[in-house]
Amino acid sequence: MKKNVIEVKNLEKYYEVSGGFFSRNKDIVKAVDDISFEIPFGESLGLVGQSGCGKTTTARALCLLDPKTGGDVKFYNNETENMQNIDNLEDEELKKFRRNIQMIFQDPYESLNPRWTIKDIILEPLNIHNIGDLQDREEAVVEILKTVGLTPASNYLPRYPHELSGGQRQRVSIARTLIMKPKFVVCDEPTSMLDVSIRISIMDLMLNLAKDLEVSYLYITHDLAVARYMCNRIAVMFNGKIVEIAETEELLNNPIHPYTKRLISSIPVPDPSYDRKVYDVNYDELDSIIAKHGTDNPMVDIGNEHYIATHDVKGLI
Amino acid sequence: MSKEVLSVKNLNMHYETLSGDVHAVKDVSFSVKEGESFGLVGESGCGKTSVAMSLLQLQADNAKISSGSIQLDGVELVGMNESELRKVRWDGISIVFQGAMNAWNPVVKVGEQIREAIREHYPEKSKAENTEKIESLFQMVGLDATVIDRFPHELSGGMKQRAIIALALSCDPKVVIADEPTTALDVVIQDQILNEIKKVQQLLGLSLIYISHDIAVIAEMTDQMAVMYAGSIVEIGPTEKVFSTPKHAYTRLLLESTPSVVGEKKKLRSLDGEPPSLINEIIGCSFSPRCPDPSSDCKNPIKEMGLVEIEPGHFADNCCVDCG
Amino acid sequence: MNKNIEQDLQKQLRKEAIRKNWNLFRQSKLGMIGLYIVIFFLFLALLQPFLFITGIWNKGVYDPVVGYEAIKDTLLVVECPKEYPTEKYESMKDCPGEGEINVKRLYLAPGVEVGDYYEAFIQPAPPSSRHLLGTDSLGRDVFSQIMEGSQVAFVLGFLSATLGVGISTILGTIAAFFGGRVDAYLMRQSDLILMLPSLPLLFIISAFAELKVWHLAIVLGVLGGLGGSVITIKSQALQVKVKPFVDSARITGGSRWRIMFSHVLPNVAPLALLFMVFSVTGAIASESVLSFLGLLNIDMSWGIMIYLSQTDGFIFSGLEFWWLILPAGLAVTLLAGGFYLVGRGLDDVFNPRLRKR
Repeated sequence: MKKNVIEVKNLEKYYEVSGGFFSRNKDIVKAVDDISFEIPFGESLGLVGQSGCGKTTTARALCLLDPKTGGDVKFYNNETENMQNIDNLEDEELKKFRRNIQMIFQDPYESLNPRWTIKDIILEPLNIHNIGDLQDREEAVVEILKTVGLTPASNYLPRYPHELSGGQRQRVSIARTLIMKPKFVVCDEPTSMLDVSIRISIMDLMLNLAKDLEVSYLYITHDLAVARYMCNRIAVMFNGKIVEIAETEELLNNPIHPYTKRLISSIPVPDPSYDRKVYDVNYDELDSIIAKHGTDNPMVDIGNEHYIATHDVKGLI
Repeated sequence: MSKEVLSVKNLNMHYETLSGDVHAVKDVSFSVKEGESFGLVGESGCGKTSVAMSLLQLQADNAKISSGSIQLDGVELVGMNESELRKVRWDGISIVFQGAMNAWNPVVKVGEQIREAIREHYPEKSKAENTEKIESLFQMVGLDATVIDRFPHELSGGMKQRAIIALALSCDPKVVIADEPTTALDVVIQDQILNEIKKVQQLLGLSLIYISHDIAVIAEMTDQMAVMYAGSIVEIGPTEKVFSTPKHAYTRLLLESTPSVVGEKKKLRSLDGEPPSLINEIIGCSFSPRCPDPSSDCKNPIKEMGLVEIEPGHFADNCCVDCG
Repeated sequence: MNKNIEQDLQKQLRKEAIRKNWNLFRQSKLGMIGLYIVIFFLFLALLQPFLFITGIWNKGVYDPVVGYEAIKDTLLVVECPKEYPTEKYESMKDCPGEGEINVKRLYLAPGVEVGDYYEAFIQPAPPSSRHLLGTDSLGRDVFSQIMEGSQVAFVLGFLSATLGVGISTILGTIAAFFGGRVDAYLMRQSDLILMLPSLPLLFIISAFAELKVWHLAIVLGVLGGLGGSVITIKSQALQVKVKPFVDSARITGGSRWRIMFSHVLPNVAPLALLFMVFSVTGAIASESVLSFLGLLNIDMSWGIMIYLSQTDGFIFSGLEFWWLILPAGLAVTLLAGGFYLVGRGLDDVFNPRLRKR
């Protein structure tokens, strides 16, 4: 039995939107609508979907930034060696938990406080949680800067974010995130705003750190190619729901849900001689199939740890 | 043999700033044939958008073309004054910008904005003629005719982008420049839009210049392509050849650092460091500081630079051929 | 070992940053003009105590409040005719002429007759080599008064600006962070203060309390601090609050107060600094108006100078006693305007999108 670092069951995040000045009705926007997944230690899950599908909302709910409106989220508690629900934790307990959950953001320009030096930015988590004494903390900062490839540390510590490039800033973000050695890190498209040529170096860094520090990622992206590079398993999200979830290669080679098929077949391939596999459903038909099958369906296991959301399984395989 | 529609020779363009001259485009030459699709790829800051802006001479005030020639159907564009250029813009060459869907005037209906563009070039056409034209354009790009009377905020991102393409086609240009037209769009919609562009191009026999940092899109959309780095073209040739036998070290790294959803999962190579500053004269090979496997020759400025022909039609900058 | 390199680098980076900002500020012509003006008046403010301490100026003569110098002049006593023109005088304006004095003005002096020579005290006296801007009606040196007024302006300006900006920054940030009722209350409070006309309010306050300089500074500071700037600071704080680095601090476990003060405040500070400079302008102007209306209990300031010249009736004498009105009026205008221009210059530094290239 694999130990899970996080277990999500029936997560919901609904928003109430008033229907206008004269309307008494309040519409409910289901940004995240009943999703469930688990991530074992040392593994990474990719959350893939188009903008507005609910992946960022999920990320924020898991990091306890915006409270969820329903469902259970359980994290592994080191002390009790058991899964613990994070709902009704006291402030002190909650603070302890926060040591184990972190997030890396998409925008390297806005995720570092422009008025703080790199040193202060990376020191902050240690200061908040009162780890060690000042000297220990400073040494830890120098160590982590070396690990993320920003050496010599003394060249970076007194600088301000605007003096660094986008790639360097993301490394600082990674350093700050991982200095506390969290077990679970949510990555919200950390390379999409970086130049294509440096994305790989950042992704490789994250992969190496995941191995060395035994960190699990929830990697959010709209780019399936990136998800393939970074993750063991991929979950496809559509309209607030997970429609398909499977191991990476299985998903790419054997997609079942029409939305997944459509997604994969839309991705351009960097090879001019490659003929993209056009799934033998034309786009208009796909739309109506998605409408018919898309939502309000439980996840069905079709073997091989491959789950899809649908009632009529036979109709799709 | 189709004829050359656009020919750029030794184009040099720089921006005058407080810190000095930024040489954004250095000795760039390429040509586009009728009906052909030409791709320009490179990381941000490599000069590809500057090239696009130079073609239409829509750059910022502090940008100057210092030398070179741009010929559209044999007519020299460099040196034209503003009023002559206005005739060429949209009629000869038009452009679909990055984030162009946000370029719509929010208080004017979409159809009216396109009519304005047509009127600018063909004031003699009647409103009925223009409407007919717009309807046929919309049909080509997959938009319903009712969109003519809609305001931009009533349309989705994909619809706005299709309308921008219709706008770019409204004056029957010979060349359309597409500068990252599908960033910020969902991959599914991007696929649809790219298909529309291909369809339209074939229908109208247009020449297309496609600019992107995404080599996968370039692979699918273009017949010929050029790779740009630090303001110069480092490799140019038929798309198939550049992908199958990339010669320049930068091209190779670019191809090997792009993850893909198909094929074997392989270890990708990364490219560290930053592109060089364009303010100072670059002595020697501009790529050598970042080359993962530089030879001793690289730092030597005497080594012969400039594009050499590797095979017919396929050129690469000599200094980095077969390196990396 | 590394520490030293780090510290050296830090110092070097700081110097570079200051130099860069200074260069940016220098590019703004308006800002530089404002800066020169402010420096000039600062120099004046510091010059006076310097002159006293070094003894160049005798306090008994040059003290702006209690100094006194009698400027004596020997004048011929004349009687001004009722009808003009006459042989000696063309019109009423010409009598008494230079070196003459009307006998009617000496009705209190015993035994003075027309044709006598009279030693009169000239108060106010026009500018001379001893008194660069002359003396006022009580024989006090006007230049010294200008310098005193400069001191008052700076003290008042900075006290009230600092207090006001301090209050509005803290309130604005709290409103942004706590939202709900706290925010609603603070916004209504700001609305109320904005709505009230400030000068009449100051009149009322000064009617109830004797306002000296630092009283006035506190009043202006509090009024300014609770007013419209809270709203602007709040909106800036709201923008900062939703930035990813704040989210990052929250996820790490930072408390609300820590985030407010260590993360948001420093990013709101440039805006606050800008407000500070602009509010100095308002403070200087307010003081001069209130003093002019006699509502303040200040010994000497530019406003007091104008007030005195008005109560003594010299304001209506045209340009004859110009040194009693012009220097003070110019000083208020120049310094208030100077601070405003500095604010404009700072705006260019803090708002890069306003820069040209």
